[in-house]
Amino acid sequence: MTLLGHPPVRPVSGRGVWSRLTARDSVLRRLDWVMLLAALALSGLSTLLVYSATRGRTELTHGDPSYFLLRNILNTGIGLALAFGVVRLGHHRLRGAVPLLYAISVLCTAAVLTPLGATINGARSWIQLGGGFSVQPSEFTKITIALGMAMLLAAKVDAGEQRRPDGRTVLRALGVAALPTLVILLMPDLGSVMVLVVIVLAVLLASGASRRWLAGLLGAGVAGCLLVWQLGILDTYQINRFAAFANPALDPTGVGYNTNQARIAIGSGGLTGSGLFHGSQTTGRFVPEQQTDFIFTVAGEELGFIGAGAVILLLGVVLWRACRIAREAGDLYGSIVAAGIVAWFAFQSFENIGMTLGIMPVTGLPLPFVSYGGSSMFAAWIAVGLLQSIRTQRPVTA
Amino acid sequence: MSKLPKVPESGRASRVTIRLIILQILVVSLLLTLGGRLWYLQIRNGDQYTAEAANNHIQQVVAPATRGSILDARGVPLADNETRLVVSANRTDLMRMKDKGRAVLARLAGVLGMPTEDVAAKVRLCDAKTPKPCWAGSPYQPIPVTDQATTQQALQIRERAEDFPGITAEPTAVRRYSGPGGSNTAQVLGYLSPVTDDEVKEAKKSGTPLMSSDQVGRSGLERQYDSQLRGKAGVTRYEVDNLGRVIGKARSDKAVPGANVVTSIDARVQAIAERELDQAMKDARKETDRNTGTTYKADAGAVIVMESKTGRVVAMASNPTYDPNVWVGGISAKDYKALTGPDSDYPLLNRAIQGQAAPGSIFKVISTTAAVAAGNPFTDHYNCSSSYSIGNQVFQNYESKGYGPIDLGQALEVSCDTVFYDLAYRQWQKDGGNNPKHPADWFYKTAHRFGLGKETGIDLPGEVRGRVPDREWKKRYWEANQESWCKQGKNDDSYAGKIAKENCESGMRMRAGDSVNYSIGQGDTLVTPIQMATIYAAISNGGTLYNPTVGKAIVSPDGKHVREIKPTSHGRLPFDAKLRDQIDGALAGVATQGTAAWRFQGWPQNQIPMHAKTGTAEVYGKQTTSWFATYTSDYTVVMTISQGGTGSGASGPAVRNIYNALYGVDGQGKVDEKKALLPHPEARLPKIEKDGSIEAQHIDAPSPSPSASSSGAPASGSPAPSDGPSVSPASPARREEDR
Repeated sequence: MTLLGHPPVRPVSGRGVWSRLTARDSVLRRLDWVMLLAALALSGLSTLLVYSATRGRTELTHGDPSYFLLRNILNTGIGLALAFGVVRLGHHRLRGAVPLLYAISVLCTAAVLTPLGATINGARSWIQLGGGFSVQPSEFTKITIALGMAMLLAAKVDAGEQRRPDGRTVLRALGVAALPTLVILLMPDLGSVMVLVVIVLAVLLASGASRRWLAGLLGAGVAGCLLVWQLGILDTYQINRFAAFANPALDPTGVGYNTNQARIAIGSGGLTGSGLFHGSQTTGRFVPEQQTDFIFTVAGEELGFIGAGAVILLLGVVLWRACRIAREAGDLYGSIVAAGIVAWFAFQSFENIGMTLGIMPVTGLPLPFVSYGGSSMFAAWIAVGLLQSIRTQRPVTA
Repeated sequence: MSKLPKVPESGRASRVTIRLIILQILVVSLLLTLGGRLWYLQIRNGDQYTAEAANNHIQQVVAPATRGSILDARGVPLADNETRLVVSANRTDLMRMKDKGRAVLARLAGVLGMPTEDVAAKVRLCDAKTPKPCWAGSPYQPIPVTDQATTQQALQIRERAEDFPGITAEPTAVRRYSGPGGSNTAQVLGYLSPVTDDEVKEAKKSGTPLMSSDQVGRSGLERQYDSQLRGKAGVTRYEVDNLGRVIGKARSDKAVPGANVVTSIDARVQAIAERELDQAMKDARKETDRNTGTTYKADAGAVIVMESKTGRVVAMASNPTYDPNVWVGGISAKDYKALTGPDSDYPLLNRAIQGQAAPGSIFKVISTTAAVAAGNPFTDHYNCSSSYSIGNQVFQNYESKGYGPIDLGQALEVSCDTVFYDLAYRQWQKDGGNNPKHPADWFYKTAHRFGLGKETGIDLPGEVRGRVPDREWKKRYWEANQESWCKQGKNDDSYAGKIAKENCESGMRMRAGDSVNYSIGQGDTLVTPIQMATIYAAISNGGTLYNPTVGKAIVSPDGKHVREIKPTSHGRLPFDAKLRDQIDGALAGVATQGTAAWRFQGWPQNQIPMHAKTGTAEVYGKQTTSWFATYTSDYTVVMTISQGGTGSGASGPAVRNIYNALYGVDGQGKVDEKKALLPHPEARLPKIEKDGSIEAQHIDAPSPSPSASSSGAPASGSPAPSDGPSVSPASPARREEDR
């Protein structure tokens, strides 16, 4: 049996809601519940950790200790709704809208560079919406790049016209990736650029494109890094972050402060931690940006090796299931999208946790599902929706 | 593509599957890396980070403990604390205010009559850019604005507390050496000075943290009993956040005031000892030294009054001296130079335990004991000739006088040198002379057993050991100096050159002349006044060598715990009771008919038997050292004056005056118990009140002038005594001085 193009779309009329939900081939039944529960558990932990990190930060909470708690719950709820919407829509139906989504995301990203954008921590990555809301378009770019590239790369293969994407297709796909990447590089948001590069690499890997492309791209990446360094595009704060990474003892009250305090927080947690809300580093507000980029330090200090290890383990469960979804996808398009998401989550988690543990330089990347922040939360849940959709819409074999 | 590939059922090429598996492996290894690193930080090195976290968020505020007092035997404070009103600002409180405390500081400046800028400057924190004044201590510590506030100012601040949030006006203790009864006791008390950064760092590890503003004892009793006197500083621990704001209070310790140290010093006796020593030195400077033809320099001196039966120190004076109060509140550079500079006379030295010199004839009690131990009966007669020859060397008796055959007791009385020369020479010969074979070395062995050449163990820091120039020392000394001696001896024909040459050739050997000289306390022997006081007290008490003590008891601040410092001994003199009595009798003879008799004329010998030994030690290139060692059954008094002349001549009147004061003896030798300061040693401790305070007994202001004219040797005290050709050598009662 050859199943190319669209997977079977079940007729939905003529059955009761309950039986539809419980039918052997129903969407609910075919969802990857393990991944979903792991992601939900991470979001639940996130709520506790964000609350612990922010309840004493009156300068951020405007006097309401549960300010971040409620918003985080709201963000998770919206994220879940978005994921449900994506599953309901199906990634195949979304495929048609990809060019439009891509265009919107590039425009929004570019808008950041206009006076609409806002600079936070040295990077011009935000658009202020007013009312305390702001959007970080680069989070969504991660999805649209994966979708856009997958659409191009998989089109002819899924149509059975090619065994693997040819050079021209790869070049076009790279062009799709390059445009928003350059915009983000201008912000400059180096962390996101690194994530995008990793996504591109994973997408090419999964597409089956020639090994030469991968090698060439890696080479170009290295050359690009050298070029960036040589041209002095990096801001002082970025150079300092790398310097502090290379030598953590450097200026512990200045550049090295973040990493140093983060490591003290995690290290002091020990096996079982100081107990939720009882971390001296956390209640003393010694770790900056603790509810966002350094959320992992709260887990490390207050929940100890057991709690922080659980965060890593839950991320591992999500990634493991996502890898399986990539392998078992009904078409190359699904595989590529899933692989892109896997690379995104994996690298971003590694970078985020790695920087708090002192094995990666500090960049402003959130920890998927755990860090406080609407855009990153929404993007992560949309990605979960995509993965679930890829799983539910694969052909039923065996 | 010519051939359509066979597409697998899953819709992808198998190589895509392989690549996805590679991706999965990569992902898993990344996560494992994180897990491993997490284990390393939290489990492997968790303790280290826990400690760092604690450092991070705990700030300590140290409240210094009140330092304990040092009291004399009757409870009179020798060192205590004086209260000054210190106005301090709490920076943490000020920084919480909207204007960072500016208004409060301005109001405070108004009350104190200081310019506002000055007050603000004192409260700011020191950093690289801030000029002084500024606060270098912990920002959590109350910062003193002034320690000279008047009661009026302090009251204003305290009554209007709402106008002065974060400001305190507290009475604070400052060290005071009040010098009761005209005593000074400087070197015995010692002094305090601020801790160094290293000491603060060191103390951080211990249980009693030090502040950089803390003071610790540097010498004397202040140092010896520093840990008891200092008490335990109170520590309040605050939990703070990253900006240093206090978010909670952690475990805190209350300050425990320091214990009081009761000493055996009697401030009244101390005052007299100091005054008499000073007077004796001043008098000596008026005397002409026959040997040099100039007046005596009398550049340093010491006197010790010790309880004979316990070794407790009743008075200990060292001259030159200084005012210990110069250290209080930080010593000025000028004062410091005056105390320690090369041009100073080093008044910080406690000459009673840190000054050393050859003992002269007060050493003869040791030689006598050694001679008896070597088999020479005490009561045998030995020829006291006017001179003694060994080979071509002639050793003169003092003033070349001969007394004929006398026993050892008489030899002590008249301090006959030649008797001891002979005893020492014969022992030297018996030991093998220049080729010693298993020498008995009675004279050296005995000196060691008398406690010479090592510390007495007095409870004061910095005691020196002196020196017994025995064979071992000679060998070491020769090894160290051989080269320079030989070099000097080669081309120098002067006396010094000849000595150097001789030393170069035979300095490693114990020569006959060395032994002979040694037997009368001359030569390379070095003793400290405290060693000699310990020895003479031991002769008095029957032979026990006590470790001298100044501290008598440590009394806890609440008075509930009293730890007495019991006298301990470091040995017994190597003689039996019979020899002890014989020596004791001879030393009584010295005071009644011997070399010290002219200083103790009219002394009530029947009521208070006096024993004495005089000594005049020669120092190469300097004037003679005066030694005077005396004892009764209660007290031992030893005085020495460097470059001061003869033993009884320079030190005699002073020692007599000290005894007069102790026992209430007047010029006619009558004993008036009412006038006696301390007819018997003070055995009890001062009364301790229920609240822990110690009752101080009344002490008079110092009398302006001592009984110098009324006491001492009435016949010959005031006119220029002792030395000088005018004195007839035929008058033995007048000047029977010895070398």
